[in-house]
Amino acid sequence: MDATILGLLLLDGVQNGVIYGLLALAMVLVFAVTRVILVPIGELMMFAPLSFVWLQGGKLPGTLWLALALGALWALLERGRGRGLPLVGGAGLLLLFLLARGSPALAYLAALLLVVYLGVATYRVFFQPMRAASPEGEHRGATVLALLIMAVGLHVAYQGLGLVFFGPEQFRPDPLLQGEVVVGLTWQGALVLAFALLSAAALYLFFRRSLFGKALLAAAENRLGARLCGIRPEEAGMVAFAIAGLMAALSGLLLAPLINAAYFMGFMLGLKAFVAAILGGLVSYPVAFFGAVLVGLFESFTSFYASAYKEALVFLLLVPALFYQSLRAKGVEE
Amino acid sequence: MKRALALVTFLALAALAQGALKVGVVVSATGPAASLGIPERNTFLLIQEMLDRQGGVAGRKVEFVILDDASDTTQAVRSTRRLVEEGAVAIVGTATTPASLGMIPVVAEAKVPMISLAAGKEIIHPVDAQRFWVFKTPQTEELMARAIVADMVARGVKRVGYIGFNDAYGEGWARYFEAELKAKGLQLVVSERYNRTDTSVTGQALRLIARRPDAILIGASGTPAVLPQRTLKERGYRGLIYQTHGVANPDFLRVGGKDVEGTLLPAGPILVAEQLPSTFPPKRVALDYIQRYEAKYGIGSYSTFGAHAWDTWLILRPALERALKKADPDKDLAAFRAALRDEIEATKGVVGTHGVFTFTKEDHLGLRFEDAAVMVRVENGRWKLERVFR
Repeated sequence: MDATILGLLLLDGVQNGVIYGLLALAMVLVFAVTRVILVPIGELMMFAPLSFVWLQGGKLPGTLWLALALGALWALLERGRGRGLPLVGGAGLLLLFLLARGSPALAYLAALLLVVYLGVATYRVFFQPMRAASPEGEHRGATVLALLIMAVGLHVAYQGLGLVFFGPEQFRPDPLLQGEVVVGLTWQGALVLAFALLSAAALYLFFRRSLFGKALLAAAENRLGARLCGIRPEEAGMVAFAIAGLMAALSGLLLAPLINAAYFMGFMLGLKAFVAAILGGLVSYPVAFFGAVLVGLFESFTSFYASAYKEALVFLLLVPALFYQSLRAKGVEE
Repeated sequence: MKRALALVTFLALAALAQGALKVGVVVSATGPAASLGIPERNTFLLIQEMLDRQGGVAGRKVEFVILDDASDTTQAVRSTRRLVEEGAVAIVGTATTPASLGMIPVVAEAKVPMISLAAGKEIIHPVDAQRFWVFKTPQTEELMARAIVADMVARGVKRVGYIGFNDAYGEGWARYFEAELKAKGLQLVVSERYNRTDTSVTGQALRLIARRPDAILIGASGTPAVLPQRTLKERGYRGLIYQTHGVANPDFLRVGGKDVEGTLLPAGPILVAEQLPSTFPPKRVALDYIQRYEAKYGIGSYSTFGAHAWDTWLILRPALERALKKADPDKDLAAFRAALRDEIEATKGVVGTHGVFTFTKEDHLGLRFEDAAVMVRVENGRWKLERVFR
């Protein structure tokens, strides 16, 4: 262990940690607004670069049909004017995809919008009915546990569909930026770091300073109260999922040149991000982000010293984190 | 749906064609092992077509009943049981080691001979009461490890490193590789692990490089095998890099690109069939198979896994012919199955696409590494024959 190795491990740890941080931020956001633990975020993350690669090859990816199918279900669930958004969105998406075959810039945009649409449709079709399934007066619908089980089910379904759509092997899109900033850090990696820091700052400002952000938080705390104040909890949920989808898609697209995208890679990333989000109690953004960087650093050093036990040790971090959280908690959250 | 269709066709044909020989085939046409199972299934469809034109074996129709196990052990066991109950004279399959191991008790209890398409040595070793009925055609990791170490010895390599999957495949390779290294007097100085789903192996790579081995073996398969190789190159490793035969598919070359130039790997001879010397026995058989497969499925579509399936038929066909002289499946199915098993075991010197098969009572793989493995190097994004061990 000399200075070079130490430096490289630190850099690697920060790079990995930042990836987990991005996903952790998205997970905390979704949990704060909808009480859903977004386990399928890994799949959403991978759908973007994989769809992009498919478009580059001039083919329409299966994820497009999935999104359109969910969009159709969404339209069926809405009444009257509410139908406009899924139908227009779906039609626009299909058009964009048909135009984007073979054009990298349009393909990038298409893949991004696809995952955003898919995220919102997922919420509307699967989670919103669960949350609303309560009689008038109760401020919460399904319990957090029920929502979690639905999320796990969706993860399994999406991962399976990912295999059907994209096959078992990895794909490597071209990076946006070539070359290395310094030994151990490529320009693409620096871009990911910059994006992560910007997202963290943006989310913080959004929830602390903007009215809409505060409205989102209010809708999660107390549905009835929020409705009385004119905030629609359903809308809040869809916005949260849209932001999460956007973050997952952008992270996936930026990362894919570095890590090679495959249908199965998202889950582990999401799981480690979940560990980081737990460190922040699923409430605090800064703690989740820095916790994620810590997880990344820890992982980097354990892969150097004890690579066979790396996964076990990283997930063992959950134990002290949960312990600490349970000691700190004042009431009983479901 | 497909399974229902197969079953209905099977029953209809069974009613019409008495005296037909049913060979049960279990392959992973869907699921993670689909890239192995699909070419295998296609090969059996090809053979079925050939047989229908020729009128079968020794005047009897032969029918392959192909069931999909979806890369799942439970499904494979269930499919095997069904095939056996419906009167299959032999079972072929499946492509993955865990599922094949699951099928063994079923065929042993029903006393039906089985030829597996999976790599694991445990499938046929040691030949006990159950494995009495089991044979296989693909090379074991042990055999490929011997080829790798033989190549290392020829290049004067002394210190070796290893990084492999943290699962049965990687651990199996680590075990056989280390044993072979010790036997040939080379030193394993560092051994690391990583997961298929990992996105970074920087820590492991730094550890490997710090020990300065002359050569590193990556015990992985498919496109996840590119990650450690790329990381080692980026961190400045200049020694030899070996991969296992699990990367012998075009996706590895596609994802690896320039990073995998110069990789050395052991492979079944069919991978570089046109480049083999003409004295190499499998060459003619391999080229014949490639030509037939590509005629039906397209140029460049053949795979080494489909070739394993072809080899099982090259063994099964003469065994069927000999067994038909000794017993009649219509009169006594159990006696025929036992006779078929004996005849499969009596296989001597059958030249296949992957080597020359000679079974014995103790050896149900029957391959020697000199005929069954060649060293291949990746050059300009293609497989180039590097060394033949004969």
